[in-house]
Amino acid sequence: MNKNKIKLDPSTKLLKIISYAVVTLWSVICIFPFVLVISASFSTESIISREGFGLLPKGFTLSAYEWVFRYPKMILGSYGVTIAMTVLGTALGLFIIAMTGYALQRKDFPLRNVISFFIYFTTLFSAGMVPTYLWVSGTLGLKGSYLAVFLQLLMSPWLIVLMKNFAKSVPYEITESGKIDGAGDFRIFLSLIFPMLKPALATVGLFLALGYWNEWYQSSLYLGSSVTYKPLQYYLYGIINQANALKSSVAGANVTITDLPTNTLKMATAVVATGPIIFLYPFVQKYFISGITVGAVKG
Amino acid sequence: MKKKTSQGTNAAVAVPYKKRSSLFKSLWNSRTLMLMCLPAIIFFIVFNYCPLPGIWIAFTNYNFRGGIFGSPFCGLDNFEFLINSGELWLLTRNTILYNLAFIVLGNIFQIVIALMLNEIRNKWFKKVSQTVMFLPYFISVVLIGAIAFNILNYDTGALNTLIRETGGDPLQIYSQAGIWPFIIFFCNMWQQTGYGSVVYFAAICGIDSSMVEAAEVDGATSWQRIRHIILPSLKGTFIILLLFALGGIMRGNFGLFWNLTGGVNSQLFETTDIIETFVYRTMTTQNNFSTSSAVGLYQSLFGFVLVMISNWVVKRIDPDYALF
Repeated sequence: MNKNKIKLDPSTKLLKIISYAVVTLWSVICIFPFVLVISASFSTESIISREGFGLLPKGFTLSAYEWVFRYPKMILGSYGVTIAMTVLGTALGLFIIAMTGYALQRKDFPLRNVISFFIYFTTLFSAGMVPTYLWVSGTLGLKGSYLAVFLQLLMSPWLIVLMKNFAKSVPYEITESGKIDGAGDFRIFLSLIFPMLKPALATVGLFLALGYWNEWYQSSLYLGSSVTYKPLQYYLYGIINQANALKSSVAGANVTITDLPTNTLKMATAVVATGPIIFLYPFVQKYFISGITVGAVKG
Repeated sequence: MKKKTSQGTNAAVAVPYKKRSSLFKSLWNSRTLMLMCLPAIIFFIVFNYCPLPGIWIAFTNYNFRGGIFGSPFCGLDNFEFLINSGELWLLTRNTILYNLAFIVLGNIFQIVIALMLNEIRNKWFKKVSQTVMFLPYFISVVLIGAIAFNILNYDTGALNTLIRETGGDPLQIYSQAGIWPFIIFFCNMWQQTGYGSVVYFAAICGIDSSMVEAAEVDGATSWQRIRHIILPSLKGTFIILLLFALGGIMRGNFGLFWNLTGGVNSQLFETTDIIETFVYRTMTTQNNFSTSSAVGLYQSLFGFVLVMISNWVVKRIDPDYALF
């Protein structure tokens, strides 16, 4: 007999079965491409170019990874650039966003609506890619500088709104108690509010970190080939899209083109460039899910 | 009588004075809060407001020597060219149709997955499947391009491997424009469904559980519960998310389109070129700054009007959700 007192009718049962089936199917679809890429990266190039990629590694070998790390300066340099940008950018961005978000939700701050609109307006109307590019690369002179990438990813109106909504849920009494104790607004923010924003900081921080880690667009506009060490995803972009970039990046001058495992090397680079974020993901997922569900209700 | 009048005028004079002084005072008192906003304000001035005058390029024949304001003025020639060549119409059509599919079908699929997650009682299964479905959201569009290459390319692609092994003729996917709307739509779903369904799932969990329990006691089936309780309570969220998404219908997911198609594959433009990819390509590979920024300006203006309209509609439905 059913443990539940309420007996499941056939349609409910059917729905349950369908639910399990569809969710399982979609989960498999979500994980499947990862399996393809990983097994391709462990395959032997000659077999791949004869038979093509498959679900399982063909002729298991580490040779593609050996190629990735054969001249480790490039890939390790890219790692260094990306990690440095991600850590610094997330920390700095998070601090500024939290500060702004907190200030903008304070009911006793007369300029809050003016400043909020000033920030929000940038999402309504923007100059577009060309004017922005000319301004940043020309007038600001940031062409070829990591700063062009680093600074532009530092914050977005959307993240500030998200933080503002979070900060609203911190009771005003806390600010008030700080005021009574004679603390200034910045002091109140730093020692009372900031620690209470932890879930928000985790969520917004994760968005920032993802933005920096997955960055390739600004790099392609502003860095091009003018820096030695490209951010990781842009490095991967080059490897996937241009055979030339591939040759020059593994660039010992005495590599003959036929030696180079083009197809499997692309996949191995993809694995290496994505790896860390995937490993990090299960640990931060918890915060992320709770964070977006609070923030997504509005904004 | 006289006294009263004089008092009245006194008050009339005094009030604005008092108001102003209290405004100054409250501004002065909030100087720390202003300073706290300052870094963000500077950021948006430098990176979002300062480039605005550069919109002028759209009305010029830009050359590097003349710069933004030294290049010859050409009025609306750039726009005229875009309209006459049919380019603007193609880009608008593609951008809007893709977004409509993403927004409407994508959201419906997210809701379906969320409803199914809600039916699943096994905690372990629920957690693992959520984790797995969320995974694609975390990877870069560049990797998605790599995956697509792995599966779809003619010589070594996994799909063609399968077709060859079963004795069929391999497909030249990268030169067939007709298939790409499906591929791009699928990839977008692949990446966004996990995120979206978690949001909807949270909305479902937020439904007053006493209502659901009462229905269960009354012997309602799952279908009835979904139809009469869950879907009606998701309707508000759905409509408002939908309207806002419609406000952004002129903006495309540049990275996804660019990395999936390779960006410069002209055989696919008919069905895969959206405003962002056109702007990027025209600027970076053809150095045609004028045409590129004309399209950018068109997008900004069109998008602005759409956001205004959708916000106005949202405001009429539920003022709480309006953006401003």
